[in-house]
Amino acid sequence: MATKDNKDEYIIVEQTWNVPFRHYAGEITSRYLKEFRDNKKIMGRRCPKCKRVLIPARKNCERCFTETDEWIEVNDEGKLVTFSINCIKYVGMPDPPYIMGLIRLDGADTDILHYIKGIDLSDVDKAGRELKIGTRMKAVWKEVRVGNVTDIDYFMPTV
Amino acid sequence: MKRAAIVGVGQTKFVSRHRDLIHPELTFEASRAALEDAKLSIDNVDALTMGVMDPFDGVDCCDRWICGAAGGYNKPVIRINTAGATGMSAAIAAYEQVASGMFEIVMAVSEQRVSEPVDAQSLLNTCTCPYHERAMGGSAISLGAVPATRHMYKYGSTHEQRALSAVKAHKHGMNNPYAHLRFEVTVQDVLNSMIVEWPLRLLDCCPRSDGAVAVIFASEDVAKTITDRPAWVNGAVSIADGPFFGDRPDVSYRAALAVAARRLYQKCGIKNPLKDIDVAELYIPFTSLELIQTEAYGFCDEGKGGELLEEGTTWMGGELPINPSGGVLCTNCIGATAELRVAEAALQVMGKGGLRQVPNVETALASGLGGMLQFHTLMMLGSEPR
Repeated sequence: MATKDNKDEYIIVEQTWNVPFRHYAGEITSRYLKEFRDNKKIMGRRCPKCKRVLIPARKNCERCFTETDEWIEVNDEGKLVTFSINCIKYVGMPDPPYIMGLIRLDGADTDILHYIKGIDLSDVDKAGRELKIGTRMKAVWKEVRVGNVTDIDYFMPTV
Repeated sequence: MKRAAIVGVGQTKFVSRHRDLIHPELTFEASRAALEDAKLSIDNVDALTMGVMDPFDGVDCCDRWICGAAGGYNKPVIRINTAGATGMSAAIAAYEQVASGMFEIVMAVSEQRVSEPVDAQSLLNTCTCPYHERAMGGSAISLGAVPATRHMYKYGSTHEQRALSAVKAHKHGMNNPYAHLRFEVTVQDVLNSMIVEWPLRLLDCCPRSDGAVAVIFASEDVAKTITDRPAWVNGAVSIADGPFFGDRPDVSYRAALAVAARRLYQKCGIKNPLKDIDVAELYIPFTSLELIQTEAYGFCDEGKGGELLEEGTTWMGGELPINPSGGVLCTNCIGATAELRVAEAALQVMGKGGLRQVPNVETALASGLGGMLQFHTLMMLGSEPR
């Protein structure tokens, strides 16, 4: 569609990309997400060299260039490492405000990025100043789970 | 590696929306300006590297579209993408093609019209892993916001200290006729601006800019015939981290950046960066990243980036001015932004900085970073070859 930009007479050609993708998740990621779906469990992979338990589960440790060789269950609870509170509505993304947190789950050596709820966001600045790094967080699982990272609905403070 | 130097720099004016010039035309303008600056013709250029980031232009493989206008017809061309670091990766590749002896003159051209996508952050969200992190509502702004919260917790840095980064950038940007945003702000203006992604407010963040930049690299012998004041490339370093945001050793202190800086300083014989470097053009799209970078580069102790801003050391007239151009907080044309840091650092060494010129620059540092703090690039330029 060609429309005329009234402001300065330059033509605007409008286009929209609507391209569906189908991401086959592979062996490791499929198992990771099936554990979400079927058992409400978070399973990491351990690197045989640096011994780190990696979340999300992955086939290889990037730091050591090794193939991970062991499934290790980590807790669905952990500590808040850091966070932000998004206040802008972006196309196709959730309605703001929402908190994104990095959480170090008990037994993991990397952080999981997820939503944090259970915090009053009526005053975002106040909420940001009052939410403490180190707060204990617990996963809240969805009743209906489909094998997606969003099978964890969000994390919330344990107290 | 042979010696190589920057002999020409060209850039377009950066604006919110280049209604007048489409993508290839922007690269044409930048390439032509760089060639004029070096008093060369396109026939003198052996090869091109290009920096542009998919898919802001609304075209996949956007190198196809720009390479002809940029000057690549009938020449070897290669396009490079390392997210926000793209432009400097293109510059480093051009430098390496010359320093390796492969070519005598190579031009790096980078371009972006960030105005093209109606919502750039939705697009930037697609840079994340589709299985794990994409559904979490992150955008490019998250890479400034998430570490900022951690930095405040770990080191006690403040909103007010971060705001100084914006005050400085906009004050400096007033001296740069090419800069996109040209207005001054106060600390209070920053603190009163709308929250975009807490703890970052609107004036903690860079704009979306349209524009292009070109930098010409030449071998030592050729450089000396083009100009008696080239900017010698005395070191260039790239470093990569993994894709997951949750996999950084510490998001508030960029270990990878510190390692990259150490490698660069060793190459260039820098012992005391604050004293040995005269000016820096750093990739600071969010105020928080000024603290993180100045600490990682050893301009101050870990956690002291806020104090460094308060002391005035990195303002024009200070010991090590950062971003005389106004930097990324005034102009962010994503794929071209990191090359613009190289271009501006080169202008400082060549004495072509105009109103934004820092006196007597012998050593200038440029930085780029991209991909949710995944890719980092550094380049050191000097008035004398090393």
